[in-house]
This record gives sequence, C-alpha cells and structure tokens, in this order.
Amino acid sequence: MAGPAVLWEWIDERVNVRELLTPLMEKTVPRHRFSHWYLLGGVTLFLFGVQVCTGLLLLLYYRPSTTEAYESLRYITNRVEFGWLVRSLHSWSANLMIFMAFAHMFSVAFLRAYRKPRELTWISGMVLLFLCLGFGFSGYLLPWNTLSFFATKVGTEVAGRVPIVGHPTMVFLRGGEDIGSATLARFFSLHVVILPALTVGMVLLHLLLVQKFGMSVPPSVEKHRSRFGNEVRFFPNYFLRDVMAWSVAFAALLILATLYPAELGKKADPFASAPAGIKPEWYFLAQFQTLRLLPATILHLDGEVIGILGFGLAGAAWLGLPLLEARLGKNGGRWTRVAMLAGLVYLASMTLYAYLTT
Amino acid sequence: MSKLSAMLMRLVAMLVTVAALAAQGSVKPEPPCPDCRPASETQIKTASNEFRADVHAQKGMTCVSCHEAARDSSNAVSYTIKRNRIPELCGSCHEDATRMKQFNPSLRTDQLAQYRISVHGIKFVKGDMHVAVCTDCHTVHSIQPASDPHSSIHPLNLAATCKRCHSDAAYMKSYGVATDQVAGYVESVHYKALVEEGDLSAPTCTTCHGSHGAAPPGVTAVANVCVTCHVLQGKFFEESPHKQAFALLELPGCVTCHESHRIHPPDDNFVGTGKSAVCGTCHIPGEAAGKMADATHGNFRRLETDIAGAKSLLNRAARSGMDVADAEVELTQASDALTKARVSLHSAQPARVAADLDVGAKIVAQAYAAGSAAWRERNNRRRATVLPVLALTALFVSAGLYVRALEGKGRKGRSE
Repeated sequence: MAGPAVLWEWIDERVNVRELLTPLMEKTVPRHRFSHWYLLGGVTLFLFGVQVCTGLLLLLYYRPSTTEAYESLRYITNRVEFGWLVRSLHSWSANLMIFMAFAHMFSVAFLRAYRKPRELTWISGMVLLFLCLGFGFSGYLLPWNTLSFFATKVGTEVAGRVPIVGHPTMVFLRGGEDIGSATLARFFSLHVVILPALTVGMVLLHLLLVQKFGMSVPPSVEKHRSRFGNEVRFFPNYFLRDVMAWSVAFAALLILATLYPAELGKKADPFASAPAGIKPEWYFLAQFQTLRLLPATILHLDGEVIGILGFGLAGAAWLGLPLLEARLGKNGGRWTRVAMLAGLVYLASMTLYAYLTT
Repeated sequence: MSKLSAMLMRLVAMLVTVAALAAQGSVKPEPPCPDCRPASETQIKTASNEFRADVHAQKGMTCVSCHEAARDSSNAVSYTIKRNRIPELCGSCHEDATRMKQFNPSLRTDQLAQYRISVHGIKFVKGDMHVAVCTDCHTVHSIQPASDPHSSIHPLNLAATCKRCHSDAAYMKSYGVATDQVAGYVESVHYKALVEEGDLSAPTCTTCHGSHGAAPPGVTAVANVCVTCHVLQGKFFEESPHKQAFALLELPGCVTCHESHRIHPPDDNFVGTGKSAVCGTCHIPGEAAGKMADATHGNFRRLETDIAGAKSLLNRAARSGMDVADAEVELTQASDALTKARVSLHSAQPARVAADLDVGAKIVAQAYAAGSAAWRERNNRRRATVLPVLALTALFVSAGLYVRALEGKGRKGRSE
C-alpha cells in the first residue's frame, strides 16, 4: 500500500472515519431547474474562507494603531512578497462575499425557501448577512486612510442619530466622541476577534439547520414532481458543482485583484476637511442616497431620524419575513413577492442613483 | 436767539443719530431732522441706515462726530461737510495715535501724511477737487475695515473701487492718464491668483502703488516694487548684464518684459527669439545672446516635456495599483528645479540656468526608472495570474465533465 493509503487506514482503524462520513456520502439533495441558485450559499462560504486565510496573513504584519496602521499596510503592499496580492484578495473577496450573500438572500427569498420549517435557517442567514456588513464596516477603517476615516465618521454619525440609543452607540463604537486610536482599536478587535467568533458560530448553526431540514424545493417545482424523484447525491455530484462554482469565484477574484488592486489612498488626517464626494461602500449606498434625498424635516420630525428608523423597521420586517408571510394567510406569498421585488428594485436604483450623482 | 437755535438744531441732530442707532436694537427710528437742510428726508434716512453698519458707528461715533454746525455763505447753519475739508477732518482723528490706540492699537496713523505725498494729495492741495479724497475710496457712511469682505477696500473689491475713476476716460481726460490699467489687471496672473484662487495676499492696485500714498512707481522704482514679493528674481536681475543695459536705455526693470498691469502668467515662450518671446524685442535670432535665449527656451521645454512624461508613466503605474508615491514626491523636486531655472534666467547667466536644469533632468531620469520598474512589475503580475486562472478553468471543466459522466452513467444505469 502507498503511504497516504496506509495513513488513511491507520486513522480509520482508530477513529472510524468511514462511519462518520457515511451520512455525508449517502446524503442526497434535490435537483431541479432552480438548484444552481443554491450554489450561491456555498460560494459565500468559500469567500468567507478566503477572507479568513488572507486576513490571517495580513495579521502577520498589520499594526492596529493610528501611527502605524497606514504604514504597515503600505509595507505589506510594497515590501512583503505577494503582500499586494493578499491585500487585494482580502479587499475584493470582502466585496464579493457581501455581493454573494445578498444574491443568496434574494434567491432564497424569491424561491421562498424560508417557509416552515426553515424559518430559523432564514433568520440565521440574515444574521450572517448583518455580520458580513459589520465586517465590511469595521474593516473599512483599518487602512486608516482619508476615505476610510471620513466614511467611518459619517457612518458612526448616522448611528448616533438613532433616538435614545444612538449617541451611546456612537460613543461606544468610537471609544469616545471623536474617531481616533480608541476607535481603531475597537474596530480592529471587532473585525478580527468578535465578528469572526460570532460568524463561525452562526455559520455552523446555519449549516446544521440546512443539514437538518435539507434543501428546500420551490413550491412551483414541488407541485410537478414526485416526493422522492430528481435527487442527486451530495458527494460527489453536488460537491463537484460547488467546486466548479468556487473555481469560477476564485478565478474572478484573482483577475479582479490583479487588474484592479486595492488602493491605499492617502493617510487619514483627522484635522483635514472631508474630501468632496465622499461616499460609503457600495452596499451602504442605497441607505446613504435615501438619507440624502429625505427633506430636513418630515411632519416636524428630523428627516434623517425618520429615515434611520425606516431602515430599522424594513430590516426587522425582512428578518421576520417567514413569520409575516404566515400571518398574512393565503395571499401572503403573493404580497411578499411584490414587496421583495419592490425592495430589490429600490436598492438597485438607489445604489445606481448614488453612483451617478456623487 | 441764533445761539439758541444752533443749540436746538444740534440737539435735534443728536436725537436723530441716537434714534438711528436705537433702530439697530429694533427701536423704530425717529423721523429725520427737519432742520438738516438742504439734505432731503430720503437722503438723511439713507445715510442713517448706511451708517448703522459703519465701523465708526460700531465704535460709538454719531453723526455729529463729523457733522458739526457751520455757517454757509448765506449765513445759514449747515451740517454739510465740504469736500475740501474731508482729508483734514478724517485726519483729525486718524492722525491722533493716542486716540486711535483706544480703538485699534495696530492701526497706522500716517494716512494723512501719506495722502499729502500721493498724486491725489498733491493735486488736492493745489485745489483740484476732482481727485480722490478719503470718502471716494472708503465710502461716506458705510466705511468698513479692509478685512471685511463688504468693504470697498477689501482686496477683492479694491480694483473695482479704483476703476470707478481710473477707467472713466472722460473723468481722466484732463489728467492725460491711461484708463486701461484695471482692464489689463483683470487679465493678469495677479488678478487670477487673487480672485480665482482666492489668495488674498496676491497683489492688487495698492500693493504696488501704495494706498494712501498712491503714486505710479518711477522707472527706477519698478524693480523695487516687484522684488518685495519676487525676491530672487530681483536679486538675479541685479547681477545680470541687463541691469546696466536697461539703465542705459532708461527702461524700467521688470515691466519691460512682463508689462505693468497686464502681467500674464510666465510662459517659457517668453524666452527666445520666437513669435511671442520677449527676448526678441532687443536680441536678433542669429546673434550670440539670441542663440543663447533660443537654446534656453529649448532646454526649458525639454525638461517640462520630460517631467510630464515621467508624471504620466507614474500615474499609469499608480492607477494599476503600483506604489510609486516616493517617485511622485521626488518628481515634484524636478518641477521645483525647473522653476528655479526659470528664476535663474533673470541673471542671464547660462551656466547658472544649466546647473538648475541638470538637477531636474537627473530627478526625471530616476522617476522614469522607478516608473518603468513599476510598469514591468505590473505586467509581470498580470502574466503570472494567467497560470492559476488556467488551472482553475481546467478544474472547472474537469469537474463538469466528471459530473456529466457520473450522471450520464446513472441515467443509463436507471434506464437499463
């Protein structure tokens, strides 16, 4: 027997890996004309893996202080072997991960995969999306460049406008009234310790729930198939499709990271005035544009506060989508589909509008 | 009786002033004094309205601080201030250092003395009442400090103030003075710096002519005026052979090449014997100095082109994600060297100019090397990406083929 085979037998003899892997080998997943949409979840997970790997490599050199953060990133980009690539992969992978998370969320929503008994799977997925946005927001400040500094300033100011809890939240995030070394330290610990720990736990829960309930079959497909027909084995059939999707994602990531490497910008100067046309990352643009368009006062109330509360309500409604639909009764599905489509059109058009006007 | 009526009128005038000031605190002003003849009600109302924002009103002065009762030619009481009294009246306070110190310790008190030696002041003393007096530039009842953007003497408004008389051909006709100064100035590099770039330290009329002592600088004084800002150019000109030549020809220093009011941004085309070159005014293309000027012009253009080329290369590399920040900073020193060479040109010494140009050329060469290295690295990175992308494509294709074969076999098996 060859070396690896001997090692495999040696491990299997003690741990009985074959028995552990049996459920996975025997697991089947439904196959239908929409099943490729479910690959988006796997791609999101794969990109999270890329984030973890590249993030760990960046941690070897990154220094989380206002005096050294920018310089350490400059060192990584210019002096460390393949440092530019690792940083670019981390930056692009973050954007693609959030994009894929949104795409996965909307595909699940439109295929109505959140229906009973998968409500908790939907909620855990939504929490994961919020965690992804938290990663984006906290990681954006870490290069300590002009853009990240002022975007964080604006972002935390928006959080500060929420009635009652807003100001304490802003002070908690910033570590004081202003953005400085305390903010960077907090964002760093949030980005590399707190959020990853929460995300790993939530990913495990999400996967456990997916495993427990299996993959959903859209109602339109379910009507036309026998209950046990059109199933394929997870391993190797579905797993190889996952590998195909991952290879496309990684190739796209490599091309983007090489052709459009992450910019470093200019070091943040807290005493300088904010640069013109400052705007947040693309995934916060729709909210940013909405707040810009709202009038200063609505019915004698602060327009911005109304906007922020509106986002909060919309987010809560989206989170509780399966429960809401169930309460709406027979026509719930139709109403939620209309709301989803409206939400998607609104997000896309506001994002585009912000891009064209800032 | 006449004494009593004068006192009464003075009292009424004071009441009007107090009423005007009180109006600032939202108190309705009293009707204007009916005895302030020949001024109309509207005139007095306008004056008192204007005076509310006047710096003198803000310092506690009232109408009667300036408008004292006097008898006119018909022996009637008049509060009108005659034009021939204005400089002395303003000077009565503004010359008094002890008095002015109470309001603004740093304010100069030589305005009247300066005015007396100005062209305006000299003509005024001779009885010319058409020349400018204090109120022509500072306004009558809306006087503001020069630092106030609403002031008629704020740097951004000053040219317009001078223009009111100096661009009026009919008004200036009797003085035989040109009226195109402001028209020229608004095309100048100084005006652009002041108005378009908002640099309030950029020169305006009074910077070169003086304010209260305004006078055109003489032929020998022009260079002294310009060197207050352009120190090195002046120093080099002093050392140049042009200094003596200009003096012999009675040509003023700087403005011979740069003009006086219409001072265009300096351009390398000024140098040489070409179409728009100023050297060609005196020097012939073929002669030694003309050849030297043409060669210098060529060297300036070459370095400028090289700097632009290096900048473009670095920009392209930077846009591709390459870090060329150090080279970009160093390249700014090449631009500095070119600027220094342009300044050295005022010495008319080719060796001095060539030394500065050499410094710039060396920096440009280093920037080119850094830019080329960054560009090569960028291309290497792109080439290196092809291999993993091909490997991933192969993985995609082989996994796809394997799945197809697997499922095809499954279907076949089931059908059998």
